[in-house]
Amino acid sequence: MKSKSLIVFLAIVLLISFFAYIAVYGLNIGKYEIVPVKNLIKLGLDLRGGATVLLQAKDNPNDPVNDEKMARAVATIRERIDALGVAEPVITRMGSDRIEVQLPEIQDPQRALDLIGQTAQLEFIEEETKQVILTGNDIKKASAERAPSGNGVGEAPVVSFELSPEGAKKFAAATERNIGKIIGIYLDEQPISLPTVQNVIPDGKGIITGSATMEEAGDLATLIRAGALPVEMETLSVTAVGPQLGANSFEQSITAGQIGILLVLLFMLFYYRLPGLVSDIALVLYTLIVLTILASIKATLTLPGIAGIILSIGMAVDANVIIFERIKEELRFGKTLRAAIDSGFRRAFITIIDSNITTLIAAVVLFYFGTGPIKGFAVTLSIGILSSMFTAIVITRYLLKLLVSTNLFKNLKLFGL
Amino acid sequence: MKIFDFMKYKKLLFGISGVIIALGLVLMAVNGLNLGIDFTGGSSIQANIGKSFEISDIRAITDKFDKEAIVTYAGQNRDIALIKTKVALSVSQQGEVIQGFQDKFGIQQTNIQFETIGPTIGAELTKQALLALLLANLGVLIYISFRFEWKFGVAAIAALAHDILIMLVVYSITQIAINASFIAAILTIVGYSINDTIVVFDRIRENKRHLKKVEHKGLVNKSISETMARSINTSLTTLVTIFALYILGVPAIKDFALPLLVGILSGTYSSIFIASPIWVLLDKKHKLNGAH
Repeated sequence: MKSKSLIVFLAIVLLISFFAYIAVYGLNIGKYEIVPVKNLIKLGLDLRGGATVLLQAKDNPNDPVNDEKMARAVATIRERIDALGVAEPVITRMGSDRIEVQLPEIQDPQRALDLIGQTAQLEFIEEETKQVILTGNDIKKASAERAPSGNGVGEAPVVSFELSPEGAKKFAAATERNIGKIIGIYLDEQPISLPTVQNVIPDGKGIITGSATMEEAGDLATLIRAGALPVEMETLSVTAVGPQLGANSFEQSITAGQIGILLVLLFMLFYYRLPGLVSDIALVLYTLIVLTILASIKATLTLPGIAGIILSIGMAVDANVIIFERIKEELRFGKTLRAAIDSGFRRAFITIIDSNITTLIAAVVLFYFGTGPIKGFAVTLSIGILSSMFTAIVITRYLLKLLVSTNLFKNLKLFGL
Repeated sequence: MKIFDFMKYKKLLFGISGVIIALGLVLMAVNGLNLGIDFTGGSSIQANIGKSFEISDIRAITDKFDKEAIVTYAGQNRDIALIKTKVALSVSQQGEVIQGFQDKFGIQQTNIQFETIGPTIGAELTKQALLALLLANLGVLIYISFRFEWKFGVAAIAALAHDILIMLVVYSITQIAINASFIAAILTIVGYSINDTIVVFDRIRENKRHLKKVEHKGLVNKSISETMARSINTSLTTLVTIFALYILGVPAIKDFALPLLVGILSGTYSSIFIASPIWVLLDKKHKLNGAH
């Protein structure tokens, strides 16, 4: 019985250490590979870098925002972003008239932002009559190319386009009556090119000059291809974090977390001694559980989320502290070690439940009202509260009882008395 | 177990908290709170320049858009620039600012972070923050009334109000910008402080069953003394972790950690010295009224 308890205790400690090792370094046995848990947890854009834009459709009484338009707006924005080649963009509709766009790890957020928010209504306008001849809808194809530049020296970036059959007819008629005059090309009412018609264009093919670089021409072609947004979008908020900066935040927070945990472990060990050692083992398990849950529910870890975990570690030992103080009290009353541990846990149980549920209420409210990173904080805090209750009430208790039943530790000094 | 007569100092303790809060409120009236862009709308830019720089260099870039922009140093080597404008920069203006940094300091976009919040979001956030605080407090009140009795609930809420006021005072003195993380900080402290208070109340409830004849004062003194070691140790372990965050964290986390540090101290203090004496006041009054 005595030696069996010790063996079970050591086996559990070994098992927890093994899991901790896998979580940190991963494991590679033949073709089976377990990656470190930190590679499994999805990082928020504040930690990996990236841009988040929140757009709101402007409501126009003559042309109200509706579901169908919002769906088209999402599709248009998606097409524009896809042309940029961003990995894993997330485009979400929020409420009835908002769209949130997340672009992870983007190196050049500014260019993406320029592309996303523009209405991009392309118009060909007859200079003389100010009449709109064609719009972006008439264009079938558009691509960036190099073409001999106007002055005949070298090449310039242009957007070449091809009109739909119907558009081609309209364009042919317009060029015919405007020879020697200007047909302006406007994007969102800003002129981008004001060419003079040289001759009739019957085949619906043409080029738009005026781009300074190939990149600019490429972006213009993308905007034309994806088409105009069906509603005008207003930018409500923009957040962009450089990937380097995000990586720094991540590293610094992890270091802070490691040091914080280490100090808590030492404090518990020195103050509560044997039970302190047990709570340290439980705390390591607690950290593993929280990280595993975060990875398995695919939660996004944000900077405030890391703060939430670190904070919850400090609070997680609370349940242990309540239990150990109770045990000490019971020992002072002269109870035997086993009786003291039993009644200590029993009496602490209600306290732990009541105090944690009230904290959980605050965390749930925060989850409900928070947005983005704050929601992440509420998630990690809630997971932390629940896991800490489990490790304190179940694991600490079991391990402590195992240790006591080895009969090796009878000196009450080991219990901080 | 030594039982300390806390209740004897009830008036002194209320007095200390009262004076701190009153002074804080006066300071707040003078200093105001530094509402961040999450609430007011505007832009904030963080540029890790990586070498020393002059504020005037930054102003040369930003004055064009907002002459009232606030520029501050951050980072251990003062090589990070934090810029806040009251004007919400448009996408193309942001582009110009970033270009300005690239031209002047030769840093890449990967070392720049910017955030622009329109005024609509600010108004929504204010509404959300107030609603969140109200709901959290209401939830706590209902739970405690259900598990204990309403007088404990009211006393707990009074302690929470104390902590929230103290935190507002911290935000006012330090002039840390009040942003979305402010709501998180306040609610964390609400959660922490209530947790602390419940542990004491739980002991009062337990002792009340055993000690039917002991008057309020003795009951509270005994319960507080018995839970004192736990209150101190838990706040120590929590403070240690947040302190590590404060020392090692990035600017955004520092601004989050500092109010939390004070909030935890306040939460520990209020659950020992504010919540229980208020419960005694309520309970005594109620009993006297009931005796008629």
